[in-house]
Amino acid sequence: MKDRAAPLEYNRLWQMRLWLFAVFFFLYAPLVALVAFSFNDSKRNIVWKGFTTKYYAQLFQNQDLMIAFGNSITIALVATLVSLVLGALAAVMLWRFRFPGKLAVEGALSLPIVVPEICMGVAMLVFFSRVVPWPNDLVWPFSLGAIIIAHVSFCFPFVAMVVRARLASFNNEQEEAARDLGASDWQAFRDVLIPHIRPALIAGALLSFTLSLDDFVITFFTSGPNTVTFPVKVYSMVRFSVTPEVNAASTMLIVLTVVLMVVGVVLQNRSERKA
Amino acid sequence: MNMVSTSHHPKAAAKPIISFRSIVKKFGSMVAVDNVSLDVEAGEFFALLGPSGCGKTTLLRMLAGLEVPSEGEIILDGQDMGAIPPNKRPVNMVFQSYAVFPHMSVADNVAYGLKIDGVAKPDRDLRVAEALELVQLGHLAARMPDQLSGGQRQRVALARALIKKPKVLLLDEPLSALDAKLREAMRFELSQLQQKVGITFIMVTHDQDEALAIASRIAVMNKGSIAQLGTPSDLYEFPASRFVADFIGSVNMFEGRLVKDEPDEAIVKCAELDHAVYLPHAVPGKIDMPLWVAVRPEKMTLHKDAPEPPQVPECKPGTNVVKGVIKEISYLGDISIFHVETAGGRLIRVSRPNRSRWDQENFGWNEPVWVSWAGSSPVVLLS
Amino acid sequence: MAISRLEQSKLTFWLTVLPPVVWVGIFFILPLGIIWGYSFGDNDGLTEVVINGTFSNYARAFDPLYLQIFGKSIFVAGVTTLLCLIIGFPVALAIVFAHEKWRPWMLLLVMLPFWTNLLIRTYALIAVLRTEGYANFTLRYLWDGASWFSAFVGLAPFGEFQPLALLYNNFAVVFGLVYVHLPFMVLPLYAALDRLDKSLIEASLDLGAGHLRTLFSIVVPLALPGIVSGVIITFIPALGAYLTPDLLGGTDSQMIANVIERQFKRANDWPFGAALSFLLMYATFIAIAMRAYLTRGKAVDGHHV
Repeated sequence: MKDRAAPLEYNRLWQMRLWLFAVFFFLYAPLVALVAFSFNDSKRNIVWKGFTTKYYAQLFQNQDLMIAFGNSITIALVATLVSLVLGALAAVMLWRFRFPGKLAVEGALSLPIVVPEICMGVAMLVFFSRVVPWPNDLVWPFSLGAIIIAHVSFCFPFVAMVVRARLASFNNEQEEAARDLGASDWQAFRDVLIPHIRPALIAGALLSFTLSLDDFVITFFTSGPNTVTFPVKVYSMVRFSVTPEVNAASTMLIVLTVVLMVVGVVLQNRSERKA
Repeated sequence: MNMVSTSHHPKAAAKPIISFRSIVKKFGSMVAVDNVSLDVEAGEFFALLGPSGCGKTTLLRMLAGLEVPSEGEIILDGQDMGAIPPNKRPVNMVFQSYAVFPHMSVADNVAYGLKIDGVAKPDRDLRVAEALELVQLGHLAARMPDQLSGGQRQRVALARALIKKPKVLLLDEPLSALDAKLREAMRFELSQLQQKVGITFIMVTHDQDEALAIASRIAVMNKGSIAQLGTPSDLYEFPASRFVADFIGSVNMFEGRLVKDEPDEAIVKCAELDHAVYLPHAVPGKIDMPLWVAVRPEKMTLHKDAPEPPQVPECKPGTNVVKGVIKEISYLGDISIFHVETAGGRLIRVSRPNRSRWDQENFGWNEPVWVSWAGSSPVVLLS
Repeated sequence: MAISRLEQSKLTFWLTVLPPVVWVGIFFILPLGIIWGYSFGDNDGLTEVVINGTFSNYARAFDPLYLQIFGKSIFVAGVTTLLCLIIGFPVALAIVFAHEKWRPWMLLLVMLPFWTNLLIRTYALIAVLRTEGYANFTLRYLWDGASWFSAFVGLAPFGEFQPLALLYNNFAVVFGLVYVHLPFMVLPLYAALDRLDKSLIEASLDLGAGHLRTLFSIVVPLALPGIVSGVIITFIPALGAYLTPDLLGGTDSQMIANVIERQFKRANDWPFGAALSFLLMYATFIAIAMRAYLTRGKAVDGHHV
């Protein structure tokens, strides 16, 4: 007798399976098509004409695009580093101390997460062109400073959030034990706290890197003609035409994202097992 | 009379209200219920008793319709429940966590089942009030569940289930979440409730005290099968296997060999006892067959030390006794439990009611004693 | 919380407090404050803005033209959120009731598109929705096939396939927004449903309720805080969306963010753009406040104390 589904085994209903299939198809089909057609030997992009990697070759020869890519990576790296420090500090501060105005500080730190991107982009535009004009002729990479600052501003609250969640599971007695054995504040922080939050730091770094790499709106408002990032460059390419070159560029970005995610998950698992 | 354990079946009156027929339940490769067949009579308070993982809860949930058997049928009041989903069965359940809906008041919780049946409001309100009176919660009708104690929430669950007048009420570990005093009070109440309402109750528990106290018949389960089925005294005094003897109550178990087997007496020699065990009846089996002798602690008697072993009634002299030293006394108020160590290093439990308010010092630590038991006390177990 | 020796503690305190707070103050609050100031100002010549406390910018925002855009943005964001809720709820349900083994994978599968660049995801949809895109391609294929079959059976064949205008209109914008925001909705729904005590569902079934009834009487009320969370974190980004309406929308599919961008980048009317930005921010804050209000004091969903 075939095993009939128990009442709560919703996933065995064919309706549910169909729905799930439809949803995942909806989510992934466009992306899969995008990647597939970046290898399509045809400008028109619909009918499969043959396998080719020539658009990737074209991509690598596209000076502007490569520079933009380099910019994006640099910005993401620097922004992530700064965000990690600021985010960790913010998380520790909120977790550890009680002080008047704490609620206001908490609110202020969560604003960048909540405020719509366009508002922040616009604010950055005004700030960097009127208030603290960022000189246009700075040598690279300092020319990217404005963008980096903007990215840090919206990345580090996310890092703080992730680290704070991890801090909640910290057993204070570990730190007290370190103190009892003579450690100073900084030593206790370095030897006890940081190892505990390491998985969160990795997750936060990943989050921050991805957010920075992918950002369009805020960067769009803070970048100039000489400081173009990858998404901004791809945007202008998309506006003008739909070519397989854009597909190739997009595929590369997707691959990069997936690789980062896998690396991050592996690092996190390893870190969590040790911690 | 054959004193080897047997199950005493109640007189099979009318057709049983519930019939489990060759039920098998597998979760992947794990067999939770292994070919169980069981009949429950109408109007009885039935218990499924066993250690965790023995399959008792799975069996109960299959009856409720929350799990589907891999093989076999469940017949309820003559109807095969196979294709019937849980919401259409004339069975209701009180869950282990009570599952009281936290976003509804007590009255709304109890009324839920009636609302679904389409009972009109005035009638519904009347019946809800009745049900709440039945479990003595009438004064708490408007409260929200988070304002209630555990015991009160249990009553809500009971009222909610009983108001639908099911043919069978299922209870999943009903008393496990309550504290000791409340538990004892609730045992009595549940029993009273069942007699008042008159329907069949089936309870799942791992607490053998509970099962013995409330149920009229118990099925002891182990590893997916029924080890023994019977009334509480059946199970306690006539266990059919070592598992049942050990699971229910405490027991002193001695491994031995059958050395003499006559129509009206038998003798067993146990390695751990320097004296033989005498039984005033025959034992089905061959000479030299290995078996176990089980004696309950309350069936044993302590004697002050003497050069000769005490004479035990119903027995040949020098049998059913063992010499030892009291190593530990657990004073439990109403009884005391003595742990006696034999010459061979074996610890025997003897329990003794504290009949008089003085007399606690009658037997003391490290005192040498004789332990004896009557001929009718041991149970012979073959498995 | 361990409070250590006083002097060291003070130093630590200021060391941890100052950097993040100062950063947020200078690089976030200050710029926003300036924008706020600008919203009360006027253009002075081509490059300067003078803040003179005027409300003219806000008044202009209430012009029917812009009100209509606000209204449409709210409507589009609302429809998007509703669709995400309807589509995402069964998905969250499926993940919660899936086997332990499958759950993290299913979650990963749902979240992976979210990690992909927004620009790329939106761009991928262009290829799907174009007149000569995949959707129309498939429809044409089916149409032609049905037409052939009809002729085969003896009925009149269908006419020439007219490709559907799926791009550069409101449909595309909603489609794109749902596509982008669906993962946002699934996660909080999953979290809320996961915390639900499953025996409550079993109790409801046991008492005679069907599955649909159980869903609406028991599951939804108890998962409500999660649903509200999901709705808010989908609605707000959808409301302020820029890329999707920009790439997928037509001339009449403008949303607030597009208008704001125009003020700053092309029309050079910064005060007006500032006013519009802040109106969007106020809308955001109202939505958040509503959420806090709706989930205040809600008992833990489904947990027995």
